Amino acid sequence: MTSPTPSGSAVVAEWAADSNYRARRIKNAVMTALMLAALAVTIGALAWVLIYVALQGFKYLNVGFLIKTPPGSPAKGGGGFYNGIIGTVIIVGIAFVVAAPVGVLVAVYLVEYGRGRTAATVRFLADVLVGVPSIVVGAFIYATWVLNFGFSGLAGALSLSIVMLPLIIRSAEEVILLVPRDLREASYALGVPKWKTTLRITLPTARNGILTGMMLAVARAAGETAPLILTALGNDLFTEYNPLHRMSTLSLLIFHNATTGFKPAQARAWAGALVLIIMILSLTLVSRWLSGRRERTMGGAVK
Amino acid sequence: MKRVSVDAVSAYFGAHKAVEDVSMVIEPARVTALIGPSGCGKSTLIRTINRLHEVVPGARIEGTVHLDEIDIYGESIDPVLVRRQIGMVFQRPNPFPTMSIYDNVASGLRLNRVKNKDTLDSAVERSLKLAGLWDEVSSRLNNPGGGLSGGQQQRLCIARAIAVEPAVLLMDEPCSALDPISTLKIEDLIHELKERYTIVIVTHNMQQAARVSDVTAFFTIAGAGEPGRLIEMDETSKIFTNPGDERTEAYVTGRFG
Repeated sequence: MTSPTPSGSAVVAEWAADSNYRARRIKNAVMTALMLAALAVTIGALAWVLIYVALQGFKYLNVGFLIKTPPGSPAKGGGGFYNGIIGTVIIVGIAFVVAAPVGVLVAVYLVEYGRGRTAATVRFLADVLVGVPSIVVGAFIYATWVLNFGFSGLAGALSLSIVMLPLIIRSAEEVILLVPRDLREASYALGVPKWKTTLRITLPTARNGILTGMMLAVARAAGETAPLILTALGNDLFTEYNPLHRMSTLSLLIFHNATTGFKPAQARAWAGALVLIIMILSLTLVSRWLSGRRERTMGGAVK
Repeated sequence: MKRVSVDAVSAYFGAHKAVEDVSMVIEPARVTALIGPSGCGKSTLIRTINRLHEVVPGARIEGTVHLDEIDIYGESIDPVLVRRQIGMVFQRPNPFPTMSIYDNVASGLRLNRVKNKDTLDSAVERSLKLAGLWDEVSSRLNNPGGGLSGGQQQRLCIARAIAVEPAVLLMDEPCSALDPISTLKIEDLIHELKERYTIVIVTHNMQQAARVSDVTAFFTIAGAGEPGRLIEMDETSKIFTNPGDERTEAYVTGRFG
C-alpha cells in the first residue's frame, strides 16, 4: 500500500521473475509428483492383493465354507475351514490372554518405575524380540515345549504370545509415555499413591491407545504361519476344540491346501485367505476406531 | 488452616541447584504470593511444600518444611499423607480426561477410599459451589471435564483440590493459561477461599500479586545457571510501594524481568 502500483498482475509478474521462485516451483512440482507416485505404488499393490484375493476367494466362499471342515482328500471339492477359524480364534485368544497383561505390566514398569540399566536392558530385549523371525520363535517353542509335551494348540499359542509380546510392550509404552505428567502430578497432589495413580489415572487415560496396540498385535499373530507349523502342527480333517491337542488354524489350512497342487484345495486356500484378510481387516478397523476415539476424549487435556 | 514454615530449603535437579537456602513462614488465612522472573525457582519452591518436587527423577532437597509442628520431610512421614493435607492447582488446567465433572471433583475422595454416595454428593456440591462453578455445571455433572472452557476447567481443578479439604492450597501460576475474564473469576475465588485456607500463589503477573495477596515474597536469580534466592518477603503493600531491596524495586517497577 506504499507506492501507487500499475496493476496487480504486473506486480505479481515482477515477484515471480525471481529465478529462485521458478526453481522452487519446479522442485515443488517434482516432489509432489514423486510423492503421488509413491502413494499410487503403495495403494496399487495393496489394492491388487486385496482385489485378487477377493476375486479368487469369493468364487468359493459360501456359508458352508464357514461351518464345514475340509473333505478327506485334497482332490475333492466342497467342505470348508471351520476347524481353522475355530483354531485361529482359540490359539490367538490364548496367546492374547498370556501376552496382553504381561505386555502392559512391562510397559508400566518401563515408564513408571524402570530406571537406568535394567530398564534399558528390558527395552533393548523387547526391540530384539521384534526383530526375531517368527520361525525362530516357533523353533524355540518346538525345542523347549513340543519335544517334551508334543504338538498342541497351546504350544502354538505360546509361540504367538512371544510374537505379540514385544509389539504390545512397545506400543503400550509409547501411549503411557504420552499421558501428560501434569495428570500424574494432579493425582499425587490429591494424596493418591503412585500405584493407584497408575491404575486409576494413567492407564485409563492411555486405555484406548493400549487397546489399539493390542489389536494390531492380535492381527499380526492371526496371520502367522511359520511358528505354528512347528508347534500347533495342524489338524486338517476335523475340528479340535481342546488346545492340548494338535490344532489347525486358518493360516495353516491355507498353507496346507495351497501347497497340494489340487485345484479344489487351492480354491479352498483362496477362500481361507479371504476370510483371514477380512478378520484381520476388521480388527484393524476396530483399532483405528478406538484410536480415533482416544483423540476425541483426550482432546481436552492433550495439546 | 495451618502455618507452613520453610527452613533453609535448597532444591536440586540432579547436580543443578534450582533454589538456594530459602527460609520463610507462610501464615494461615492469608494469601502469600511468590513473584520473580522466569527460572527464579518459585515454582520449584512451592513444589517442595507438598513434596511434589521429589517425583521428578533426580530431584532432591536439603532443609526442612514444617506444617505447624510436623516436619513433613521427617523420616516416618509418607509423602502421600503430606499431599492429602496440601492441595495444589497447576499452571495448565489438568482435569482427568477419562472422568466426568462429578468424578473429577470426587476423585481425590474416591481414590482415598471414600465410597459413601451421600458424602461424595455433598462434597462435590460444596466444592463446586466454593469454586464458583456449580451454577454453570450442575445440570451436566456427568459430562466429561475436558469439555469445559479453559477457565471452567481451572475452577474444576480448584474444586477437585478443595474437595479433599486440605489445610493449605498451593497455586502454581493458576491463571497463566487463562483469558482476563477467567483470571478475574479465579482471583475473586482466591479472595473467598483465603478465609478457609492457607494459600500460596506463584505468579508471573505483578498486578495479580498486588490484587490478590496479603504478603509477597520476591525471588530472583543472579544469572543463568545460578540458583534462585528469596530476596525479601513482606506485606504486599510494602513490597510494591516501598521495598527494602533495590532488586525488588527494579523488578516491581518493571525495570527488569
